Amino acid sequence: MIHFVLHQAKDTVAVAVVEGVKAGADLTAWIMDDDQQFAIKALQDIPIGHKIALSDMAVGDTVFKYGTDIGRVIAPIKAGEHAHVHNIKTKRW
Amino acid sequence: MITKDTTFWGYRRANGRVGVRNHVIILPVDDLSNAACEAVAHNIKGVMAIPHPYGRLQFGADLDLHFRTLIGTGSNPNVAAVVVIGIEEGWTKRVVDGIAKSGKPVVGFGIEQHGDHDTIMRASKAAKEFLQQTSELHREKAGVGELWVSTKCGESDTTSGCGANPTVGNAFDKLYGLGSTLVFGETTEITGGEKVVVERCRTPKVAEDFMAMFNRYQDVVNRHKTSDLSESQPTKGNIVGGLTTIEEKAMGNIQKIGKKCLVDGVLDKAETPTGPGLWFMDSSSAAAEMVTLCAAAGYTVHFFPTGQGNVIGNPILPVIKICANPRTVRTMSEHIDVDACALLQREMVLDQAGDQLLDMMLRTANGRLTAAEALGHREFVLTRLYESA
Repeated sequence: MIHFVLHQAKDTVAVAVVEGVKAGADLTAWIMDDDQQFAIKALQDIPIGHKIALSDMAVGDTVFKYGTDIGRVIAPIKAGEHAHVHNIKTKRW
Repeated sequence: MITKDTTFWGYRRANGRVGVRNHVIILPVDDLSNAACEAVAHNIKGVMAIPHPYGRLQFGADLDLHFRTLIGTGSNPNVAAVVVIGIEEGWTKRVVDGIAKSGKPVVGFGIEQHGDHDTIMRASKAAKEFLQQTSELHREKAGVGELWVSTKCGESDTTSGCGANPTVGNAFDKLYGLGSTLVFGETTEITGGEKVVVERCRTPKVAEDFMAMFNRYQDVVNRHKTSDLSESQPTKGNIVGGLTTIEEKAMGNIQKIGKKCLVDGVLDKAETPTGPGLWFMDSSSAAAEMVTLCAAAGYTVHFFPTGQGNVIGNPILPVIKICANPRTVRTMSEHIDVDACALLQREMVLDQAGDQLLDMMLRTANGRLTAAEALGHREFVLTRLYESA
């Protein structure tokens, strides 16, 4: 089963595509553009549609998804943690 | 597999365009005429009133857009005939004359000096005649390239950008190759992905026109904003669904224009394209506003990917819902026409998902009612540019 998908290998976040992803679970991520899979561990529960961090990120770092800049880190994030509005913000507006 | 020889069964109108529905609509010019229009639709079974809240004291470009939207709606090939009702005869005639250019049956009634009762009686008689006349029209074969297909997504989440929107993109790539007339828009919702769109513009002039529309809309946001627009763009529903920033939402949004098709030109709101290709319409990102503008521009089928489950429909434009979020497909199955969840489990490739959508497009064009039509979703929402006079 695929638990997370990302678009490109350089992406630093991936999307939960199944319900019930629990902290501590060993999970599978799929890189859509390369058709590659890898193993990943969740440190927190991740609701379906929400993102997991794939690497440690510091405040001010750029977050990549679709191989593109989708915003900046506003609170430190560890790989495996839930990445959303509490730790990522837009660079626009 | 869809090819240039693929056909569907549609209604060929006097102006040569082909519709996929055969509606007789009762169209108010203004808010005051809604009650009379709804009374006519109550009297004559099978016609449809399209009430809306505007049409008084508008001026300038806002008034032009009002007329363009109403006339475009009446002229859409999914509409067989139109009864127009307005509070007075001048603006009513303006709408009637505009629709008459499409060659279809249209008649107008002004309420002043007649009252609702007399107007409803005369309009009901006309509506009955139109309904019986148009009920004798038959569908005939038309080439798939004669379908005009619009797209706009709504209540998106991250599964939209991974699954449902790329499905539309794959279908758009295939339709583009067949000479179809396509449109996308949602100007603010391209924020963060505007360079991707610029790179896809056919000529530097198209890119310049696109960026002028994009920058104009950015100025509107910057002038009026009181925050970073979080909960407006992305919406509260987007955020609940896992989308974090406008850039992320925009990159998901533009998956709808696929990987191959080029942007051939730009359109103002509700403006009819002058030829085939992929058009960008400067438009609101609110679902019902954008879909209403697409219908008024002459589009006859709409692709609407959703993640969290937007339930929108349109009175005259069949809205096909595509979803790749398994929870939404489970909890809101009555709203979903195309289930693309298998894509995100590697159980289906994008080409298959696109073909599945094109198959549903042809079935819808041939007469299958969409989920939104069956559920009675007829959101008709006019875009306003500024305050009334």
